[in-house]
Amino acid sequence: MSAVTAPAAPVPARRLRIGPAWRRPLALVGVTVALGWVVLAAFAPWIAPADPLAQEAARFLPPSAEHLMGTDGLGRDVLSRVVHGARISIPLAFMLVALSLVFGAVVGAVSGYVGGKLDEVLMRVVDLFFAFPAIILSMAVVAALGPNLRNAVLAIVVVSWPVYARVTRSLVLSLRNSEFVASSRLLGISSIRALVREILPNVAGPVLVLATLELGNAVLLLSGLSFLGLGAVPPTPEWGAMVSEGARTFGFWWVGVFPGLAILSIVLAFNFLGDSLRDALDPRTARATRGTSA
Amino acid sequence: MLLRFLSRRVVATVVLAFGVVLASFVLTNVVPGDPAAANLGQQALEDPEVVAAWRAANGLDQPLVVQFGNYLVNLVQGDLGVSQQSRRPVLTDLGEFGPASAELALVAVVVSLVVGIGCGTWAALRRDRPVDQLFRVLSLGGVSVPLFWLALIAVYVFSFQLGWFPSAGRLDPGEAPPPKVTGMYTVDALLAGDLATFGSALEHVILPALVLAAFTVGLLTRFVRSSVLEVLGNDYVRAAHAKGLPLSLIVRRHVMRGALIPIITVVGTAFASLLAGTVLVERIFSWPGIGSYAFRSATTLDLPAIMGVSLFVAFVYILVNLVVDVLYGFIDPRIRTA
Repeated sequence: MSAVTAPAAPVPARRLRIGPAWRRPLALVGVTVALGWVVLAAFAPWIAPADPLAQEAARFLPPSAEHLMGTDGLGRDVLSRVVHGARISIPLAFMLVALSLVFGAVVGAVSGYVGGKLDEVLMRVVDLFFAFPAIILSMAVVAALGPNLRNAVLAIVVVSWPVYARVTRSLVLSLRNSEFVASSRLLGISSIRALVREILPNVAGPVLVLATLELGNAVLLLSGLSFLGLGAVPPTPEWGAMVSEGARTFGFWWVGVFPGLAILSIVLAFNFLGDSLRDALDPRTARATRGTSA
Repeated sequence: MLLRFLSRRVVATVVLAFGVVLASFVLTNVVPGDPAAANLGQQALEDPEVVAAWRAANGLDQPLVVQFGNYLVNLVQGDLGVSQQSRRPVLTDLGEFGPASAELALVAVVVSLVVGIGCGTWAALRRDRPVDQLFRVLSLGGVSVPLFWLALIAVYVFSFQLGWFPSAGRLDPGEAPPPKVTGMYTVDALLAGDLATFGSALEHVILPALVLAAFTVGLLTRFVRSSVLEVLGNDYVRAAHAKGLPLSLIVRRHVMRGALIPIITVVGTAFASLLAGTVLVERIFSWPGIGSYAFRSATTLDLPAIMGVSLFVAFVYILVNLVVDVLYGFIDPRIRTA
């Protein structure tokens, strides 16, 4: 399977060096926008002009000075809902990526380090997961478990860990036989210790770049599932669910356009950041990611 | 050598295919959802006899291993079971909805290849100039935009406001589909020589296909750019420059040949993302394809249909990757021996 091309053999001592990345304009834009959203999420109740659930205003008011993004079909302030939406999408995206990263990286590291039969079996399982498109698999999982945010998160973890496993494995594999690992083994450190002390630090860089790029995919998948009615349930101000409301009340463009812009801006910010980090870290790993769209 | 390479790939594919059948069976049967609850009305659910009869009729009262054995035996005979929702064989459903999605995906693939290769090469030749930066932002935008939202905007602007394209379906209501050969209306209409229907089918497919292509265009542009850059650094390209060949000739004859081979490897990735995109895009454009079918069967827990869709999609994906692997090994002999 060639869905994920293994990164080129890493040069040993490719520690996480991100210095040059910060001098790139796209990385700066990405960091600024992402931090902006984090601040909005943290202080949403103080920043949002109204209660995201309060049905106070008239229905379908177009954007105006009073309601910058207008109001939706239940007379709720769209701006307030968009701001509060950040409290759902952003923490969940980080959680999703952290869970899939830990699980995938452990499977990949063990598989690559132990090798042999175990490696063969684990990698076939990973192949299996790659054969199902993420959204169809997660749709089936959510539909079976029941549509709510927690199950959507679970479903996305189920479909997104294999990419970390594959990348981690190929990195560990190429490092396992390197001279500096062999020399520390000769000096008598245990196999587990060599894995943790010598190999993992060298794997961390590329895997973290992958994780940054996957943050955007996590937001896209989660909002995609919510858009389909398989994630957040009303009246939760989740961005994907809000776009879906906009799709039902078609003539009132502002109901769906602004939450979509929110999704686009945060995903773009994560991707600007990930792309710049990838360039700075190693131009040759530029092909090590898998595309999932939602 | 080539034969050994081929047979190894095919064996690996067969093993994977069996794994896919097993995995989707386990997934759809072990999860706690109750298909009876999703398919029977409230009144029928209160009558235990009706529920038991429904379960027996669908083979759900047998042990799981027996169910899996039955499924395998039927599968080998080309029988995927009967959809509990449409009450038709799943294979019939797939035969109807598959080509609709294939049509959408094919147009998207053509658009992505043309735009992606063009923009990627252009960006590489103007490395770090404004046009390269612009394409970088645009291609990252393509992989970042939520397709369901882009679809919504496209319908709002191009159908609702400007009226350039129809907003839903594969043909106008009342128009008869062309005689079925491939199931893809544009192709079938051309085969039948029916230009009016071809025009209408094309008009319907363009907008959803363009939306669907957004992600793959972004993906390909980035990939082609880095691939071309890699080739540009080679000595033989510098030699061509040195002997004074015009740039257009160098790009066409020396750069593209080397740079386009690796593109075959992203086709698998691009294809998977197109399949994923169809679920969302088809919903907005009311496109009666695999994506809509998958959504409907998932939300109603229509197990035979979910199995059918998963298998169909996984098999198409495996097939695409097998073709990619073999093609790549064929074009680039270095891979075969590796």
